[in-house]
Amino acid sequence: MTVIYLDNNATTQVDPEVLEAMLPYYHELYGNPSSMHTFGGQVGRKIREAREQVANLLGAAPEEIIFTSCGTESDNTAIRSALATFPDKRHIVTTRVEHPAINALVPRLAKEGYRVTELPVDGQGRLDLFQYDEALTHDTAIVSMMWANNETGVIFPVEKAAAMARNKGILFHTDAVQAVGKIPIDLKQNSVDMLSLSGHKLHAAKGVGALYVRKGTKFSPFLVGGHQEKGRRGGTENVPSLIGLGLACQLAAQRLNEENTKVKALRDKLESELLARIPNSRVNGDRVMRLPNTSNISFEFIEGEAILLMINEMGICASSGSACTSGSLQPSHVLRAMGVPFTMAHGSIRFSLSVSNTEKEIDYVIEKFPLIIEKLRALSPYWEVGAAICATVES
Amino acid sequence: MWEYSDKVIDHFLKPRNVGEVENPDGVALVGNIACGDALKLTFKLDDNGRIQEVGFKTFGCASAIASASALTEMIKGMTIEEAAKVTDEDIANYLGGLPKEKIHCSVMGREALEKAIAHYKGESVPGLEGEVICECFGVTKPEIERVVRDHGLKTVEEVTNYTKAGGGCGGCADKIQEIIDQVRAAAKGAPARPKLTNLQKIRLIEETIQREIRPALQQDGGDLELIDVVGNRVLVSTRGACASCAAAQLTLKDFVEAKLKELVTPELRVEEVAP
Repeated sequence: MTVIYLDNNATTQVDPEVLEAMLPYYHELYGNPSSMHTFGGQVGRKIREAREQVANLLGAAPEEIIFTSCGTESDNTAIRSALATFPDKRHIVTTRVEHPAINALVPRLAKEGYRVTELPVDGQGRLDLFQYDEALTHDTAIVSMMWANNETGVIFPVEKAAAMARNKGILFHTDAVQAVGKIPIDLKQNSVDMLSLSGHKLHAAKGVGALYVRKGTKFSPFLVGGHQEKGRRGGTENVPSLIGLGLACQLAAQRLNEENTKVKALRDKLESELLARIPNSRVNGDRVMRLPNTSNISFEFIEGEAILLMINEMGICASSGSACTSGSLQPSHVLRAMGVPFTMAHGSIRFSLSVSNTEKEIDYVIEKFPLIIEKLRALSPYWEVGAAICATVES
Repeated sequence: MWEYSDKVIDHFLKPRNVGEVENPDGVALVGNIACGDALKLTFKLDDNGRIQEVGFKTFGCASAIASASALTEMIKGMTIEEAAKVTDEDIANYLGGLPKEKIHCSVMGREALEKAIAHYKGESVPGLEGEVICECFGVTKPEIERVVRDHGLKTVEEVTNYTKAGGGCGGCADKIQEIIDQVRAAAKGAPARPKLTNLQKIRLIEETIQREIRPALQQDGGDLELIDVVGNRVLVSTRGACASCAAAQLTLKDFVEAKLKELVTPELRVEEVAP
């Protein structure tokens, strides 16, 4: 069965060019970049090139890039580093809609005695910058604010927020895992101090990421070991993957325009057609300040896992914020933070596209998806009495 | 992705007996949309008192739909007395098993069946109304007691898998644990712990603090002193790192109180007083 992959915020296919660039470093060129011999040293040169490629995509300098094992490691490193280098400051500012890499760390920090402010969002998933400004205090060690939300694609005003933190002498970290490669980022033009990215979200391999640390920012390593990454991250480099990450970043820069024209047009077509063909459906999150590839739509009175397994039968891959798919019993923390009614949250589906998707695929989904919704609604005890329930929940 | 059996997938993709029976003899709607699943069950009896027609509608995940579909297949042709004996375990077995996190789907099936039978008899479902323990999912004490008893459940997590109780904010975890303790103690035909005299209780509190609690706190540079015991209130004062730590209140509740409840008696409450 052919697969129509609309789950690119979960992970992406390794680009064929990237894979080709990686392969020699598993077998032929297996030297350790730290070695003194040329056999290893040539690998070191290749890593230098990869570091430059990552830096170029972000408008950073190569020495500001630390390779890590994933976005989660980058996030944990950034927060722990800020707390270690500012031991007198006991306050952290973040948001309620962060990825678990931050979101799950927060209660641990609270247990360790830190004060945490988790900023709320409005019904469209947007932050209130006045409220944010008020949360910044002389005791704040770090702000961690995602650049773009993985579930809704909503983009936060990170550059403004970073400038406000800078004004008060507070470190600013952003989890840009979903933003990098999808929207332009130029760290020369803003006050972001630390930025996390992940390889497998931009057509590189799983198990590789990077943390940008602005020159002059105090830093304390998370993984202590050898002198790799100038002592900022111990552990032998994941050579093939980070070489792949470098090339993937270079390709992402070249495809940024396509992402914001072709991919966006396909996303918009999918979204508007589904909304038009399926009653009691709505988009979750701000439709303007949003990643070009993401659409999160709720279909009322049915449940997301059931939708996913039905479209799975047609080879269509997507995600859901429903309780049943999360392993917990509550729907997505992002949709709950936005106050999405439970009638809507349980039936939310996230489509996330990539440059590989075609118009033919989107047309197929537009044709088949409404039939699935109809089938599941025919099973739902709430569908006929729909309008009334919806009104009471939303009021 | 969940590991569903082929039979679950089959009943999910091709659900049997979907819809509502006209002029039904028994009707039930259990669950609700906020909780994430709901099941409406209707049936009609033939002249011999056997279930002739049965229909279901489900809002929920694949296993909720499959459980309801399976239930309708199972009870078709049964008498009311036979149907009343169908358990959630029977439903899960019919489907070749369910992932443990999804057991509550089969429990929902059984609840709907019971309620529909009660509706037919013109009764209310016996014994499942009562104090609501889990506010998030509206689960009552008798419901929790029953699954603990019927399935020999030991942990809060197991109760959550069966009833969803405790799976939301988690605020009722302590209450669920108390219910588990009570039911299990009752099943053994003896109280959970021998009743302690005041003197025994105070001695046991002192011993527990000395042996279990202080060494753990001291590892983190903290300490704690027992000031007094008034009824079930244990008055303590924190020392060292604990005294200046913002997380000390959490430690008192999550660790000190939990330990004392576990090792002395579940009624204890720890309170901090000035030294």
